[in-house]
Amino acid sequence: MSSVAVFSKAKASPFDALQRWLPKLVLAPSMFIVLVGFYGYILWTFVLSFTSSTFLPSYKWAGLAQYERLFDNDRWWVASKNLMVFGGMFIGISLVVGVVLAIFLDQRIRREGFIRTIYLYPMALSMIVTGTAWKWLLNPGMGLDKLLRDWGWEGFRLDWLIDSDRVVYCLVIAAVWQASGFIMAMFLAGLRGVDQSIVRAAQIDGASLPTIYWKVILPSLRPVFFSSVMILAHIAIKSFDLVAAMTAGGPGYSSDLPAMFMYSFTFSRGQMGMGSASAILMLGAILAILVPYLYSELRTKRND
Amino acid sequence: MTSLVGKSPLSLSRIAIHVVLIAACLLYLVPLVVMLLTSFKSPEDISTGNLLSWPTVITAIGWVKAWATVDGYFWNSIKITIPAVLISTAIGALNGYVLSMWRFRGSQLFFGLLLFGCFLPFQTVLLPASFTLGKMGLASTTTGLVFVHIVYGLAFTTLFFRNYYVSIPDALVKAARLDGAGFFTIFGKIILPMSTPIVMVCLIWQFTQIWNDFLFGVVFSSGDSQPITVALNNLVNTSTGVKEYNVDMAAAMIAGLPTLLVYIVAGKYFVRGLTAGAVKG
Repeated sequence: MSSVAVFSKAKASPFDALQRWLPKLVLAPSMFIVLVGFYGYILWTFVLSFTSSTFLPSYKWAGLAQYERLFDNDRWWVASKNLMVFGGMFIGISLVVGVVLAIFLDQRIRREGFIRTIYLYPMALSMIVTGTAWKWLLNPGMGLDKLLRDWGWEGFRLDWLIDSDRVVYCLVIAAVWQASGFIMAMFLAGLRGVDQSIVRAAQIDGASLPTIYWKVILPSLRPVFFSSVMILAHIAIKSFDLVAAMTAGGPGYSSDLPAMFMYSFTFSRGQMGMGSASAILMLGAILAILVPYLYSELRTKRND
Repeated sequence: MTSLVGKSPLSLSRIAIHVVLIAACLLYLVPLVVMLLTSFKSPEDISTGNLLSWPTVITAIGWVKAWATVDGYFWNSIKITIPAVLISTAIGALNGYVLSMWRFRGSQLFFGLLLFGCFLPFQTVLLPASFTLGKMGLASTTTGLVFVHIVYGLAFTTLFFRNYYVSIPDALVKAARLDGAGFFTIFGKIILPMSTPIVMVCLIWQFTQIWNDFLFGVVFSSGDSQPITVALNNLVNTSTGVKEYNVDMAAAMIAGLPTLLVYIVAGKYFVRGLTAGAVKG
């Protein structure tokens, strides 16, 4: 910036003054948007979560009443527990599938580009489309349930979609189908960047192939691993469309997730205060994974 | 390339690897195949056959009915997506240009504040945003959705361009400044011509994000102004009448085709956007 300033001072015509202010002017609308639309609105929601707002916003102070009601609400706990189960399985399975496919694809496979395209295409689809497709595939009586019986597996039953204990696994299946190809792509890019001299050194030392992968290559992909967990966790916490399309939270509210809870309490049930409280807790969950991640990112950058 | 497995092309492990890779291809493709197949079946074939059984008659009735139900919403999505993508990309490009080449006191802080927007759970801004849209008279309009998508797309579009421009050598811009070129001249004559790849990445990223959006659509629109994702969800999850799975699947295909086509045509940029937005976000 100093060069701009010095240059403009050298011959301070109105044109130069304008040039000096242009960058700030150009950025100003975005700054306004970020300050108001991001941080101002978060603060606004935060305030609402301490009020007794129902169908309309009211600014009557209610202290922590909304949070207390939230914690007394069985549906909130089901949604939170589901997020743990859904998030944990979604992240774990997507990582395993992604890493395995990436390693296998990295073995000089012919038609690699074509295969990669197939693994990744679900990522281009809306979660609503994904949910619609999987709702049909998992349809008890007409979907895979019937297909495998028709193919000769007489005792096959797949009715998880209407089983309140297992419905959350349906969400996991659809979400893994959508996102695992993306994790594959991230790890494949990571594998291509691994320093080959280290690998060769390990080979010369007589290490077996699985050992090389497990002890040398995968540990060097730690940053990719962390980014992947970060992205998947972020997708999991925000998952709303998939639930809406596949189960609408049902049967009952057994497949509710916090994002769905927030939507239905805020916009359908006229519980604005409690809905805001749940949104603030979701923000807390994102921060709880984001802050350590950013911290470790910054630390490694400083060490470089 | 870490090709360490099996030096001979037909070793057992290579065969096993190919089997796994091909099986995975089939698993990823099955939902798409089932959707397509079901969308061209008659209701009779759907109830007598199974997911992968070949139809006795191939009929486009599902597609015709689906289009009749969702066509208005399809155009809504186009009306929302095109302006929102273009405007948010243009603003992102200018922001990125300032944040990388015309830094001033506080611009880095602003960039940090903006980056958080990539992780922002939109649930925390839905209510204030809907109050604001109401005040602006844009509640339940496609214009309101364009507005919202621009605002909450800025974090990613700015990030894309800023990270791209940061790697352009300063000397280039400095020389142009000494020659008396101004802010917009440098942008238009020097920066923009070398931005094609990142413009593609940004356009495709925004297109997929906005076309596929459901949350903003369902909260900020109603009736005639709804985007295709909301219409699809309404169609699939209505409990009245007989379920027509061929219509559901055709509607899902209609909703998915635009982004799928973009992915097939410009997959390279799509993947780059995903990893750039992801890894650096």
